[in-house]
Amino acid sequence: MMIPTIPKLPLAHGIDVTLDWLTAHFAFITKGFSHVISALIEGIVSGLSWLPPWVLIIVVVVLVHRAVGWRVALASALGLLLLWNLRLWSATVETFTLVLISTLISVLIGLPLGILAALSSRVSRVVMPTLDFMQTMPAFVYLIPAIPFFGLGAVSASVATVVFATPPTIRLTVLGIRHVPEDLIEAADAFGSTLRQKLLKVQLPVAMPTIMAGVNQTIMLSLSMVVVAAMIGAGGLGGKVWEAIQRLEPGQGFEAGIAIVILAMILDRSTQRIGRSPFAKQ
Amino acid sequence: MQIIKVKHLTKIFGPHPEQGLRLLDAGKSNGQLREAGHAVGIVDVSFEVEEGELLVIMGLSGSGKSTLLRCVNLLNIPSRGQIIVGDEDVTRCSHEQLLDLRRRRVSMVFQHFALLPHRSVVDNVAYGLEVQGINEDERRDRAIEALHLVGLKDWEEAYPHQLSGGMQQRVGLARALAVKSDILLMDEAFSALDPLIRHDMQQELASLQRQMKKTIIFITHDLDEALEIGDRIVLMREGRVVQIGTSEEILNNPADAYVERFVENVDTSHMLTAQSLMVRAREVAHPQDGPRTVLRKMTEISYTSILVVERDHTLVGSVTLDALDAAVREGRRSITDLIQRDAPTLAPETPLAEILHLMAEWPYRLPVVNERRRLLGVVTRTRVISALAQSRAEPTAADAES
Ligand SMILES: Nc1ncnc2c1ncn2[C@@H]1O[C@H](COP(=O)(O)OP(=O)(O)O)[C@@H](O)[C@H]1O
Ligand SMILES: [Mg+2]
Repeated sequence: MMIPTIPKLPLAHGIDVTLDWLTAHFAFITKGFSHVISALIEGIVSGLSWLPPWVLIIVVVVLVHRAVGWRVALASALGLLLLWNLRLWSATVETFTLVLISTLISVLIGLPLGILAALSSRVSRVVMPTLDFMQTMPAFVYLIPAIPFFGLGAVSASVATVVFATPPTIRLTVLGIRHVPEDLIEAADAFGSTLRQKLLKVQLPVAMPTIMAGVNQTIMLSLSMVVVAAMIGAGGLGGKVWEAIQRLEPGQGFEAGIAIVILAMILDRSTQRIGRSPFAKQ
Repeated sequence: MQIIKVKHLTKIFGPHPEQGLRLLDAGKSNGQLREAGHAVGIVDVSFEVEEGELLVIMGLSGSGKSTLLRCVNLLNIPSRGQIIVGDEDVTRCSHEQLLDLRRRRVSMVFQHFALLPHRSVVDNVAYGLEVQGINEDERRDRAIEALHLVGLKDWEEAYPHQLSGGMQQRVGLARALAVKSDILLMDEAFSALDPLIRHDMQQELASLQRQMKKTIIFITHDLDEALEIGDRIVLMREGRVVQIGTSEEILNNPADAYVERFVENVDTSHMLTAQSLMVRAREVAHPQDGPRTVLRKMTEISYTSILVVERDHTLVGSVTLDALDAAVREGRRSITDLIQRDAPTLAPETPLAEILHLMAEWPYRLPVVNERRRLLGVVTRTRVISALAQSRAEPTAADAES
């Protein structure tokens, strides 16, 4: 018996055509955006590289000490000194800058979107499934379309990173706001708060620890993505790992890997508790 | 003057309240409405609140007390009926008028305090003022003033989680007082506190109200509390008002079997005696005290009469507030000739029936003395009434559930 062959759906073709069309008509906008972001990234990288490493180490240690205490600060100091010694300082600065920029953009997008989704069930019905889609798609698939819009390099990397890393911020903003106790909302209403006052004085502050947990996850995802993004020339520590793979140099690969772990630990520990600090007495 | 008038107020929860109203008008019961997917909050509730009155709304859990209270500042939108605050119908007011009502005219105290965890005590108290747009210096001053009123000096900078439940509720009260609204809504405000602290809070609320002339609507499910603080009591059941009146009126003429079950007791009264009903006399006067001293003692604790005892606690008699008041105005120095020495006394074993009998004739607190006339304690009306209610409380709750 003959089974009729059903022709393959032209899904890939359709996506390509759409992207081509978008590129042809809108790339000038995204390229402009790309120039701004890349100037920003370069500015921060050259600023941070201009400072002697020991100055930055002291700054980081002081900040970490104030945020979470001396143990983590001490561990950070040792980790950063090791990075410096391994000659990975400039790669670390590049990676850190990418994480910083991506996280900032993620929060700028994720927080308002999360607030909207928390307050409007219509918005959340659209946003939530999209988030699931964004997060389950393998991360580097985002890299491919990013290139025609933003060019090879750091900006494409950070755009793909933002797409991949924003969902936790949105998700936990929604969760945090939805879980503000009912009687606090009622108190806010009973004293005549406007919607805006209620949001700024009650919902956001009370949700802040949860929101910050989301931002912390965003930071960690950004870091992992920034490494993958080295495939499209984002440089930094990911670039070192990538070089090591291509040249089959396991030692160099491990050094860069350890550097990423150190950076991850410092970022994680120092942002984990930020949202909770207002609750304790100053 | 009547500051709040509630007229034929009905609230039905659910997606189609109009449909629920139609069912109600057709004479369907709450249960039938529930089966049709409507939850009945309150039905055709009408009453007025006098300016400066402390009105208690009482009823079992689920009887619609919170729903009613929350209609006053439109946290619940009534399905039908009117609420007039001052001379304005709040069910028709615009968004701006509603904000103004909530900001300046009606403030609220919550059962579980509802303090903002990220704000210090003073910033919590200042919340209402902040929302009004009052500048920082003024709102801090006013918040601190309100904290003083509720006895929380020096706690401005603490955070809510550092305070006990009683203190947190003082903060909640201060937050409501800080906006200087005329009307205070209190939804089971003291129910989450343990009994001793609760008693203190009741007394303080009563004295604050006397000082500040607030109109207060206070919700409770506790008869004891209702009798302790209420000028009048509104009794609710299944969303409807069953009876409105002073505690005396409700006790003497219970409107129906439901109210009667709250207050009446025949079978078990013979088991109660003065000994089991009496409480410690918290304030007493001595024969050598001056009228002014005694008067101050009494106004502090808001008694209408006070017992006079010798230093060894031998009962001399009692003095009424009116007599003292007159004596102070006449400039007298001593209370000895104001003392009523023939006031009735109880023995520890006097049964409740007899106490009730005496209470009908003697409007003041009854002293309990031993055979040498040493004062052992006092029996108050509230104690008697609540003891009667308590011995009935369990069957009442069970009945209402079914
Ligand atoms: N938001 C709501 N949605 C649906 N039903 C409600 C809501 N609030 C109260 N009810 C119902 O209204 C009735 C009265 O509740 P409530 O006013 O809270 O009683 P109380 O304060 O006397 O315990 C209850 O049957 C309750 O289930
Ligand atoms: Mg209630």
